[in-house]
Amino acid sequence: MPEPSSAKPRPFLALLQRDLLLSIRRSGETLLPLFFLFAVVILIPLGVGPGPNVLSLIAPGMVWVAALLSSLLALDQLFRSDLQDGTLEQWFVGHSSGWAQLLARLLSHWLVSAIPVITFSPFAAIMLHLPVDALPILVLTLIIGTPALSLIGSLAAALTLTTRGAGGLLPILVFPMVVPLLIFATGAVALAAEGHASSAHLGLLLAFTILNLTLMPLAIRAALKLNLE
Amino acid sequence: MVIVNTLLSARQLTFQRHGLNVFQPVDLALNPGHAIVVQGSNGAGKTTLLRLLAGVLEPSDGEVLFEQDPLFHGHLPAVKGDLSCRENLAFERKLGASSVSIASALLQVGLAGLGARPARSLSAGQTRRLGLARLLVRTSPIWLLDEPYASLDADGCHQVDQLIHQHLETGGGVILSTHQQMPDLQHPIQYLAVAPVGNGCPQGASSDA
Repeated sequence: MPEPSSAKPRPFLALLQRDLLLSIRRSGETLLPLFFLFAVVILIPLGVGPGPNVLSLIAPGMVWVAALLSSLLALDQLFRSDLQDGTLEQWFVGHSSGWAQLLARLLSHWLVSAIPVITFSPFAAIMLHLPVDALPILVLTLIIGTPALSLIGSLAAALTLTTRGAGGLLPILVFPMVVPLLIFATGAVALAAEGHASSAHLGLLLAFTILNLTLMPLAIRAALKLNLE
Repeated sequence: MVIVNTLLSARQLTFQRHGLNVFQPVDLALNPGHAIVVQGSNGAGKTTLLRLLAGVLEPSDGEVLFEQDPLFHGHLPAVKGDLSCRENLAFERKLGASSVSIASALLQVGLAGLGARPARSLSAGQTRRLGLARLLVRTSPIWLLDEPYASLDADGCHQVDQLIHQHLETGGGVILSTHQQMPDLQHPIQYLAVAPVGNGCPQGASSDA
């Protein structure tokens, strides 16, 4: 008789802790999206001219496009290192369905790639002369929208896991799926900048994210299992 | 329970790639204190069979039965290069720890004193040893070892035999695949030949297995 272990294992917390620790160890890679956001925000005034009229018009779109593109940077290694060191196949050993591992990974990915961008987005927006009244809405759209962004990117990363030259394929897979996200999010911020209510856009954005939260994990897990064969 | 002792059993297990069976259907039953050695030429499907038994792959037909989750030691070590040896094992312990401490697991696989080293700085053989230490700090009666002797020196191979011996002594069961080094054990060993479909010619098997 094998003796039952004294403490009930809590895989989700252990996995989340390890994923976050690994992200800290690779902080150069982890902070890349944030550097990218600021690189875009600093370069745009140089390209289109520093006039506040032009900048404040394009600010919502620019911050969001930068956030969207920067999220692609962190995707390539999302599951690849696990595939290469054999951790990925361990996800499915025994009765384990891989859910704890997958959800811990998705959560840690969102925490390390999106939270820094959300935190510093008001500064980026101020640099582009976005009206201060619209800042809370901008942050809100990012909080609502980035989980969907992470999930869509994760699906693309999972699908292209064993594809050679996946770097080129990733954006092609991601961009069509994030178009609604971009339209509703920038629409909400633009309305707020003009002093209108933006709750309709925010509602649609939230619906889009909830749809992704429900369906994407299923698709990502299936794609990962396919790639293990 | 009708079958009291069997740790893991497989019935008419097959796996198909591109519509073809990778190997002939496999039946096996692993009992406590027993070892099953899976033999076969390169590409015969040894790795595929072990991954099926571990649950990583879904069988095309047949079934695998086990009550407690097996531990799987594959070709890849399943350790994180950015973490130290000790951190890697500490993580494994959180998934269900055995009574073996991290220090003693490292000692048993011949990595004593290297606990603080990042796993990426280990040599190929040392990484394999760290992968074996994973088995020691976790608790499961079933070990599935895919080529446990690969990359190991004579001393390392002897240590693998000792670990398997200890595990069998305590009522565990081991299924291992190998194509050269044979385990040197006092316990009953069953041999299982994995036969690729198509008269022993490995062309039917996948090229990437």
